[in-house]
Amino acid sequence: MGLLTNLRDSVSRVTDRLFASDDPKRIGIYGPPNAGKTTLANRIARDWTGDAIGPESHVPHETRRARRKEGVDIERNGQSVTIDIVDTPGVATKVDYKEFLDHDIEKDDAIRRSREATEGVAEAMHWLREDVDGVIYVLDSTTDPFTQVNTMLIGIIESRDLPVLIFANKIDLNEADIKRVADAFPQHETVPLSALEGDNMDEVYDKIAEYFG
Amino acid sequence: MPEATPSDSTTEPENGVQIDLISGSRMEGLRSMEKIRLILDGVRDGNIVILEEGLSPDEESKLIEVTMTEISPDEFSGIEIESYPHEEAADQSFLDRLMGRESTKKLTVIGPANQIETLHKDDQLISALVSRK
Repeated sequence: MGLLTNLRDSVSRVTDRLFASDDPKRIGIYGPPNAGKTTLANRIARDWTGDAIGPESHVPHETRRARRKEGVDIERNGQSVTIDIVDTPGVATKVDYKEFLDHDIEKDDAIRRSREATEGVAEAMHWLREDVDGVIYVLDSTTDPFTQVNTMLIGIIESRDLPVLIFANKIDLNEADIKRVADAFPQHETVPLSALEGDNMDEVYDKIAEYFG
Repeated sequence: MPEATPSDSTTEPENGVQIDLISGSRMEGLRSMEKIRLILDGVRDGNIVILEEGLSPDEESKLIEVTMTEISPDEFSGIEIESYPHEEAADQSFLDRLMGRESTKKLTVIGPANQIETLHKDDQLISALVSRK
C-alpha cells in the first residue's frame, strides 16, 4: 500500500511539473537566519517590479512569515522568465527568546518574537514540503556553511528532487570565503553575490533563468 | 507484553546525562510521527538520543516543524541535532528513489539545545560537548 502510494505520488509530481510548465514557478528563498534572504528577495523584486517584499534587519528572525511576490518577470537574453518569489523565515532547530534580549528588545516583545519565529520556521518547512518548485539557498559566505541545519535542508531539498542554486551572499565583506561554501555543497552550483551591494547580480539572474525558466 | 520505552528502563539521572541509543530495527517498525514523538519525548526529558540509522529527509523536516510547535519560553528552546551529510543516492537504484525507498543510514545525535554544543563538525567527525541541565 505504501509502495503504491509512493509510486502514485512520484508519478503525480512528474506529471504536475510537465503539464504546469507554463505556470510561473514558485521559487522559495531558504537558508539559516541572517543569511540575507530578505535583502536578496527585495533586490530581485526591486530590480524587476520596483517593489520590495519585506523589512530587512540584522536582528535574527526578522522575517517571521513567508512572504510572496508573484509574477516577477526576469528578462535574460531576449527571453522572459516569470517566477513567484517566496521569502521564507530563516530555518533553525532552536529559538530562544533570550537571544533577542541582546538586541535591546524588551522581554515581552522578545517572547512574542520568538513565538512568531517558531511559527515561521514551521511554516517554512511546510512550504518546502508542499508548495515550492525550486529553491534558492542563501548562505552568509562569512560564516561556516557546514552546519546541521544547512546539511539537513539541502538533504530535504534533494530528496524532493527540487532544482536548487546555492547563493554565497555577503561577498562585499572581507571575511567572505566563497570556496568554503562551494566546497561544502560540491554537488550544487554556487553563485557568489552581495544582495546588499548588488554585486554579481547579472550572473544571479542568468542562473535563475537557466535553472527555473 | 508492552514494549519498553527508553525512560522506563532507567532510574532518573540526578548528576548525569541519560543517553538513549536507539537501534535501527527499533525505529524501523515505527511511523514517522511515532519516531518524532519518541525522540522529542526523550529530549524534552533532558536525554541525549542517539539514532543508529537516523531519519529520512522528510522525517527530519517534520522533526523541525514539530520541534518548533513545542518551543516554550524558559521551558524548552529546541533541539541540537548532528549527523553526517545524507549520502547522495550513490547506493540507490532509480527504482528505489522512485518508490521513496531512501537510504537513511547515518548516525544521528539529538539533544536539548541548552545541553549539547557542537565543537567541531566535518564530513567524517562530529565532536560535541554535552552538559548537565
